[in-house]
Amino acid sequence: MAERMLDIQSLDVVYGDFQATFGIDLHVDTAETVSIIGANGAGKSTLLKAICGPAAVRNGSISYKGADLASVPAHTRVAQGIAMVPEGRRIFPSLTVDENIQIGAHTGRKGPWHRDAVLAAFPLLERLRKRNTDGLSGGERQTLAIARSLMANPDLLLLDEVSLGLAPIVVKQVYEAIPAIKAQGTTVLIVEQDVNQALSVCDRFYCLLEGRISLTGTPSSVPKHEITEAYFGLTTTEGGH
Amino acid sequence: MVWLNAIVQGVLLGGLYALFATGLSLAFGVMRFVNLAHGDLAIAAAFMSFSLQRTFDMNPLVSLLIVLPGAFVIGYLLQRVVFDRVVGVDPAFQIVATFGLSMVVQNLIYEKYTADTQGLDAGSLDASGFALNDTISIGWIPLITLLGAVVVLSGLALFMKRTRTGRAFRATSDDADAARLMGIDVRRIWAVAMALAVATVALAGVLFGIKSSFDPFVGPARLIYGFEAVIIGGLGSLWGTLVGGIILGVAQGLGRQMNPQWGELAGHAVFLAVLVVRPTGLFGKGQLR
Repeated sequence: MAERMLDIQSLDVVYGDFQATFGIDLHVDTAETVSIIGANGAGKSTLLKAICGPAAVRNGSISYKGADLASVPAHTRVAQGIAMVPEGRRIFPSLTVDENIQIGAHTGRKGPWHRDAVLAAFPLLERLRKRNTDGLSGGERQTLAIARSLMANPDLLLLDEVSLGLAPIVVKQVYEAIPAIKAQGTTVLIVEQDVNQALSVCDRFYCLLEGRISLTGTPSSVPKHEITEAYFGLTTTEGGH
Repeated sequence: MVWLNAIVQGVLLGGLYALFATGLSLAFGVMRFVNLAHGDLAIAAAFMSFSLQRTFDMNPLVSLLIVLPGAFVIGYLLQRVVFDRVVGVDPAFQIVATFGLSMVVQNLIYEKYTADTQGLDAGSLDASGFALNDTISIGWIPLITLLGAVVVLSGLALFMKRTRTGRAFRATSDDADAARLMGIDVRRIWAVAMALAVATVALAGVLFGIKSSFDPFVGPARLIYGFEAVIIGGLGSLWGTLVGGIILGVAQGLGRQMNPQWGELAGHAVFLAVLVVRPTGLFGKGQLR
């Protein structure tokens, strides 16, 4: 049996009076690629935030490589091998492209990814290296954000809405990087509104609806209409429009 | 020639204002933090130096070897123990907390040293200097102060630009949450920033104590000049701080040349003019560069 990288059990995350997730059970095995799909506000990003930084967890637990994460501060989680490509890229404007790449390696964690390896995997960044980030396109920024996260040499890479705001052709290019990341043995957890992209690269998926898991399975085993129903919360199963 | 002298003296005075302002600029740049006790910490450093002089007959410039590391540690602890609680929340909490600290520092100094006016004696360097010509002479202490400001700001700029921690400072300044996702211990960065801020203002306080007399309650007035220098130069811009300090010093010098009572007024007028014409300051982008 594959080793468990991430194990989330009965997770309730709350924001003040608002409960964002309800009893989420989710796991990711080592070297697996798992997608979490769901509409806006389904609780997908909340889940990722709870994995990479302390969140208001009311019930349940998140364990990583068998150890509970609750008392581990965000920056220490990076040193332990959890890196995230945040929604909206969050590129540092005061830093050049090259400095943005290098700051990803702040913890000094060893692994296959170093600057040369990252520049070889994303040749586009080579010619932008000395520039500041002001004039970068959305696709360039997203590529930079992914390269930056790889510099942390993560065992578990979290990708939050990488397709958001990008043209379809650019989304396709960004997703083409994922096989290279998987090839290094990195475990990947993707949160995505673009269902087709998310399902095209994952081994398994979870669908979230209003803070609960409405469906889980492998992309090849679940019929498309079931995914659509679980995504939108439709109750009809046949011919209902 | 008297006007030229006014400008030269203003530039030298600007060095002191820049030192008062550097820490404000740094704390604002890295964590959007405004410390109203900044001026009082400078005066506390001057009193620390005063005690060393009185007890051990130590020259105030030599006492910096003790005062500056002490200020660094105090700044670090202040951030960890007190200021961390009010970073990133409503600025009103920062104002209340640091204004309270200002009161506490003033009264602690008052308890120990009474309200008497004191001064620091730097020996033969005090009130001596060299003459450029008949009307312009340059004092050693003002010159040391200006050079000190240039060295401190150059050092900080190099630190920001060239070191791994400096890069983490800039990233934290841009986006603290994203910096955490890079594995940066943001609270440690904030504490180091405040440690540097308090150390630089301690340097300013001791140099100020050599140049002028001081009592426990003159800190807030120093804070005003620091703020004005920061705002003229641009919030968060380190070199802007030096330029802001010099512009303020020159404006005061020229004002004083026109009428001995107009010195401070001219400084405030230039500050207000900059605020009206260019509210972000001359080099301000709201980011630390």
